[in-house]
Amino acid sequence: MKIHEYQAKTLLGKFGLPVPMGIAVLKVGDAAAAAEQIIQATQNQTVVVKAQIHAGGRGKGGGVKVVRGAAGAQAAAEKIFGRPLVTHQTGPEGRIVNRLLIEQGISIARELYASVLVDRGRNRVVVMVSAAGGMEIEEVAAKSPASILMEHVDPAVGLAAYQARNLAYALGLKADAAKSATSFLLKLYQSFVALDASLVEINPLVVTSDDRVLALDCKMTFDDNALDKHKELAEMRDFDEEDPTEREARAFDLSFIKLDGSIGCMVNGAGLAMATMDIIKFFGGSPANFLDVGGGASKEKVTAAFKILTADRSVKGIFVNIFGGIMKCDVIAGGIIAAVGEIGLRVPLVVRLAGTNVELGSKMLKESGLPITTATDMADGARRIVELVSGRKN
Amino acid sequence: MSILVNANTRVVVQGLTGSAGTFHAKQMREYGTKVVGGVTPGKGGTVHEDFPIFDTVAEAVAATGANASVIFVPPHGAADGILEAAGAGVEVIVCITEGIPVLDMVRARRALEGKKCRLIGPNCPGVITPGAAKLGIMPGYIHKPGSVGIVSRSGTLTYEAAFQITELGLGQSTAVGIGGDPVKGLDFIDCLALFERDEQTKAILLIGEIGGTSEEDAAAFIRANVRKPVAAFVAGLTAPPGRRMGHAGAIISGGKGKAADKIAALKEAGIAIAPTPADLGKTVVAMMK
Repeated sequence: MKIHEYQAKTLLGKFGLPVPMGIAVLKVGDAAAAAEQIIQATQNQTVVVKAQIHAGGRGKGGGVKVVRGAAGAQAAAEKIFGRPLVTHQTGPEGRIVNRLLIEQGISIARELYASVLVDRGRNRVVVMVSAAGGMEIEEVAAKSPASILMEHVDPAVGLAAYQARNLAYALGLKADAAKSATSFLLKLYQSFVALDASLVEINPLVVTSDDRVLALDCKMTFDDNALDKHKELAEMRDFDEEDPTEREARAFDLSFIKLDGSIGCMVNGAGLAMATMDIIKFFGGSPANFLDVGGGASKEKVTAAFKILTADRSVKGIFVNIFGGIMKCDVIAGGIIAAVGEIGLRVPLVVRLAGTNVELGSKMLKESGLPITTATDMADGARRIVELVSGRKN
Repeated sequence: MSILVNANTRVVVQGLTGSAGTFHAKQMREYGTKVVGGVTPGKGGTVHEDFPIFDTVAEAVAATGANASVIFVPPHGAADGILEAAGAGVEVIVCITEGIPVLDMVRARRALEGKKCRLIGPNCPGVITPGAAKLGIMPGYIHKPGSVGIVSRSGTLTYEAAFQITELGLGQSTAVGIGGDPVKGLDFIDCLALFERDEQTKAILLIGEIGGTSEEDAAAFIRANVRKPVAAFVAGLTAPPGRRMGHAGAIISGGKGKAADKIAALKEAGIAIAPTPADLGKTVVAMMK
């Protein structure tokens, strides 16, 4: 799960990590008052208005404005709020900005980078820093990999103080700034572990002109598998940032991702679901989604999945590809028949069943009298649905 | 022979009295696996579906001589279940549970360092040596004893592979589903090393997917250490970056973990790539000629 910058900074603050003073604004009319409050507290007329969307590249996209005074903040807020913000991560349609963060202006001496994540190759959490702050880390990794410094953490010990010092001094920090950075990294690691995060990225991590270290931006994502442990995080979910269909699918415990093709897929198992998308592409079609109904789906779950597919207007055909293990083919067939009975079928449907109770499942589909094309194997099914959708023979 | 499990493997099922545990313990027993008991804290001394139940894995091992465990414990307790099995001296630990927090697995992996056990999973279908032992949730009947070793990050795609190989008349020495999580037990190279040494295994099928660098590591390992023919398939050529495709480990992030890069690395190591998931069996057969 992703959260907004202002939410991430609130969490950082709880762990004693220094962040600029800021106020989140959910109604555009509140921008001036928020800016005024910050100006009063900091005695500094410079404030920053930052669009809050779940995508990077906001600065380059025009979603971050450095302004003077409350009036300046209000004017900037009105330009950004309620409009789509297009960045390299949002796609051409952009994302509507529904939330702003108003922050104190900071006098910056240096911009650095810090992050904490899991290194899956080493089965360890890794703390990563770079002197090239403000740039995307992928770009730094491609251009100058040697400038990225890492410390892998023994989970039995946690990030050792010496490891944090290693990173701070390797960044070229001295005296107070080095001490401040060491303490920052130790607390950053603690927050990562305590929150079951999958990524905490501070970019840039700034050194101020008076030698303090501060998180100027923060991106946090959390391990979905650990959200049960952290009720306070679940409340931070912003439904406006999520695809409504993906949200509906999650309610039924379906793993669904919308793609831009025209063939809806319903598959059991993540690997087989990806492989099904691939084979559709191989035969010249394009998948409209990734949909994994899971290992032990019920008839209700299958019905829900089928409804999600048929509700999508970009879907011009549906391919159901099931290898029954724990999942029984007759349950799948029952779910499909129930869903079609309830909502009808407006596009071609190809079903490929294999594995447990395949004979019974196939018989049920046949006897239902519904216009369903049955396939003998995965390749046959993919070829048929591509033909039916494109109207040409392969 | 085979790898990891055989007809002498004695299995204890952790979480046997739950619905998934009960169903699959019975399925494993029906397949002919020696399921010697179950563990559910608080239910020790009872008998469930003719399986003796113990409070702890240590008690189960002492009473039954179990040397393997299959875990169906819910996600929040599953990492502890892995450690309990390791602590009791179990040699092969198969963790089926899906949805274990990644940091729980980071700590569990650390705790397993230096121990002699082998962990398979989590979030995996398990391991099967056809005709001898089934430790997991895969349908038994799609397998048959044979000479192809399968190692895979995916569940149902492994079934697809086993089924195709069986249909072509070959069969499997052992099929291992290593699971779809980013931090897990055995990886491709561990299983490749075991298959390379196993006399029954004449060829190996590797099934990968997007995310991480295990396939690239496997390619380098095969080039240096594996003499047997290897075929492979990597799922996710059409997967978009930045989106997690079901499995916690299946995500293209920071430009790493793309299927195309993995396929290129495997090809360079002389491995035959199945062009589609419908050609898994055919590709292995072609390699064996």
